[in-house]
Amino acid sequence: MAETPKPEELFKNIDHSVPEEPWEDVPPDLSPGRFAYPTKPKNLEYLGMPMPTKEEWSPADEEWPIPDNWKEIIHEGFKDRLEKYRSLKIFMDVCVRCGACADKCHFFIGTGDPKNMPVLRAELLRSVYRKDFTTAGKILGRISGGRPLTKQVLKEWFSYFYQCTECRRCSVYCPYGIDTAEITMMGRELLSLLGLNINWILEPAANCFRTGNHLGIQPHAFREMVDFFCDDIEEITGVKLEPTFNRKGAEILFITPSGDVFADPGTYTMMGYLLLFEHLGLDYTLSTYASEGGNFGLFTSSEMMKRLNSKMYAEARRLGVKWILGGECGHMWRVIHQYMDTMNGPTDFGETPKSPITGTVFENAAATKMVHITEFTADLLRHNKLRLDPSRNDNKVVTFHDSCNPSRAMGLLDEPREVLKAVCNNFYEMPENTIREQTFCCGSGSGLNTEEIMELRLLGGLPRANAVRYVHEKFGVNMLSCICAIDRAALPPLMDYWVPGVDVTGIHELVGNALVMDGEIERTMDLRFEPLKEETEEDADE
Amino acid sequence: MKAAYLYSLIAVVVLGLIAYAGVEAAGLDVLFGVIIPYLAFIVFLVGFANKVLDWSKSAVPFKIPTTMGQQKSLPWIKQNKIDSPYTTGQVVIRMLLEILLFRSLFKNTRTGFSGERISYKWVIWLWLFAILFHYSFLVVVIRHLRFFAEPVPFFVNFLEQIDGMLQVLLPHMFLSGFALLAGTLLLLVRRVFLPKIVYISRPADYFPLFLITGIAVTGLMMRYLAKVDVIRIKELTMGLATLQPSIPEGGISGLFYVHLFFVSILVAYIPFSKIMHIGGIFLSPTRNTANDTRARRHVNPWNYPVKTHTYEEYEEEFRDKMKEAGIPVEKE
Repeated sequence: MAETPKPEELFKNIDHSVPEEPWEDVPPDLSPGRFAYPTKPKNLEYLGMPMPTKEEWSPADEEWPIPDNWKEIIHEGFKDRLEKYRSLKIFMDVCVRCGACADKCHFFIGTGDPKNMPVLRAELLRSVYRKDFTTAGKILGRISGGRPLTKQVLKEWFSYFYQCTECRRCSVYCPYGIDTAEITMMGRELLSLLGLNINWILEPAANCFRTGNHLGIQPHAFREMVDFFCDDIEEITGVKLEPTFNRKGAEILFITPSGDVFADPGTYTMMGYLLLFEHLGLDYTLSTYASEGGNFGLFTSSEMMKRLNSKMYAEARRLGVKWILGGECGHMWRVIHQYMDTMNGPTDFGETPKSPITGTVFENAAATKMVHITEFTADLLRHNKLRLDPSRNDNKVVTFHDSCNPSRAMGLLDEPREVLKAVCNNFYEMPENTIREQTFCCGSGSGLNTEEIMELRLLGGLPRANAVRYVHEKFGVNMLSCICAIDRAALPPLMDYWVPGVDVTGIHELVGNALVMDGEIERTMDLRFEPLKEETEEDADE
Repeated sequence: MKAAYLYSLIAVVVLGLIAYAGVEAAGLDVLFGVIIPYLAFIVFLVGFANKVLDWSKSAVPFKIPTTMGQQKSLPWIKQNKIDSPYTTGQVVIRMLLEILLFRSLFKNTRTGFSGERISYKWVIWLWLFAILFHYSFLVVVIRHLRFFAEPVPFFVNFLEQIDGMLQVLLPHMFLSGFALLAGTLLLLVRRVFLPKIVYISRPADYFPLFLITGIAVTGLMMRYLAKVDVIRIKELTMGLATLQPSIPEGGISGLFYVHLFFVSILVAYIPFSKIMHIGGIFLSPTRNTANDTRARRHVNPWNYPVKTHTYEEYEEEFRDKMKEAGIPVEKE
């Protein structure tokens, strides 16, 4: 894999001109660095998924290890999904190729590759659909836009369905609401029928199935890690916390992505949650069995999503909690908001979520019984239940990145902003066409945050980074806040590359900094052990 | 894909010539005036119904609205009722705005690179062309009801009065015909000159545009240049509408048959083409479902049990480690 070029160079080389030859004739670029590694056999085996070979293989290989009857498998799988998903059928039929979606995709903007236009990404499937499932396509072939399924088409699918982060930005602009996330999901499901998928997704899925979380943290280690944060919190605030694990009879089960337990800066967000719950005296417990909010099953198949998600309700039932509180995570909330109750409901535990502190009943979560932490905190703020000193975040000039799924698959837009505005004094929005429902993906969502495709990720994340850069230069923004664990993992390298001098934080890290705890010592450090009264870094970049 | 639009253009011209020669030279008035229009209409009805039935046969396993505004959550946070609809009524409003005003297309932006900045400018052209095209087409279609009903329905006369606003300046002129031609040509120009749009366009994108151009041009020619015999045309069309088809005495100009043939082709082509977006938009799950999935359970008709990893299996594997770490277990 070649060294990543300098930012100026990478930016300069973005070419939006279209090739001479029609896209059907342009082979996908499957050179090293342009694809994520395929799934290791042990993970497929553990999950009981199709696995045509036990050998190591690479997408760069000319011949792929696929079963002899692969065409039949794909055809049957396609047919099955057309019956199961009206979305797929409609989206195969109604596109008029108006081009409104073309320049809305962060991967297209960053790479200039025409097949990253949502319309062409969908045509990759549509062309096969026409040939196999429509009268006109069977008779007219290429004139009607049909083409036979070949090994090259399969390679194209693998390349481009793993260059889509299922962020749904294109579906905002489509006059028929065609959602490329649906297309990509179907494409990935079909590829998985042949055992073609990527390790960065299936290894977390296998881990999650076994240990309850993507990172494969076993129960004792999970507890140790959280205890370790409590030590840090005690050192910073003087307050001793004693969170409980798998405790029956707790009122609330708290579930957050395991990334928050595992890696900076998510860990600081975790510390923020713990401080908040202590501040409130909340009767809650963590679970080591349901120790993952995220769901890499979503990036594999609806079946895998359901298998992994089932732990949440099972654990809530076993522990006898009243409802579930969920941490900051993007795709986790797509699953909870749009899929969970349908897949694993109806719930047979607890009651409609009610804040024990304010008495607010979350009617909007009556069926799933799961509340987003920023909904919960925004409610606390409204009722003045938190003692805050927002000046502790004064060394941070903050902007907010709407994560794709909470914005476009949930509509969670103002809750995080209400929290942010209460806990920090310097908050600036990015330009309006890059936030809220028009937000840009971090470039690494849907299981693509793997090292081997770093250059692609940097290109995909460029539109987001470029908007951050704008507020960085205009307002001196040095902190990018977000409510997504993948963001917290993916945005730091993105910022280091395109906008050095901007750090990444979860919202509840800022909450944790601002909270005035009972019996706390004088706070001189934030949750990162950095001094509160540091000079701002406005001259760091200029 | 230059070939794509040339082929489509040639196809339309050839179709026009076939109809003209068929009637003028071969005397196939009945074929082009009666048989083909009826066949086309039947193909349209059956094909359209089939397609919509086929769509509705597929399940809607999940509610997947694209939310484009604030969800309904806490009482003091203002919900965006149109873009994040919570009730059926709100969904209906969202759908109406989408179908009647092309609301999503109205949001269109253009991405531009200037120096080291990427900018996203609001652009209205595509929306404007689309509105011009679709609404003028609608008016033209409604105006043509005059040929299929006697007496002419009041709303057709009313619409013609509005459509003919400019008649003070230009006698007997309807705006809609010219607007349709302009809208079609503008959409065509995009597809012929914008490199990105050329790249994604297929013959199936050019063909209907050329065909509609043909329909508009022949229509305008009949009205303003060739002065065809409208009385005879109405005799034919009323015959078709009342299922008593006949070719009027003395015949009608070949130009009319070209127009009618184009229309027949278009009508028969609809169910097999992207023009089915007329029906599809109503069924698009990202637009026609409510954002209420945490409050109200949506049922997936094919939801099936899956293999899960139960707590018991989990505890079985990790019991000792859990006990050691002071985590409660079910079985000591």
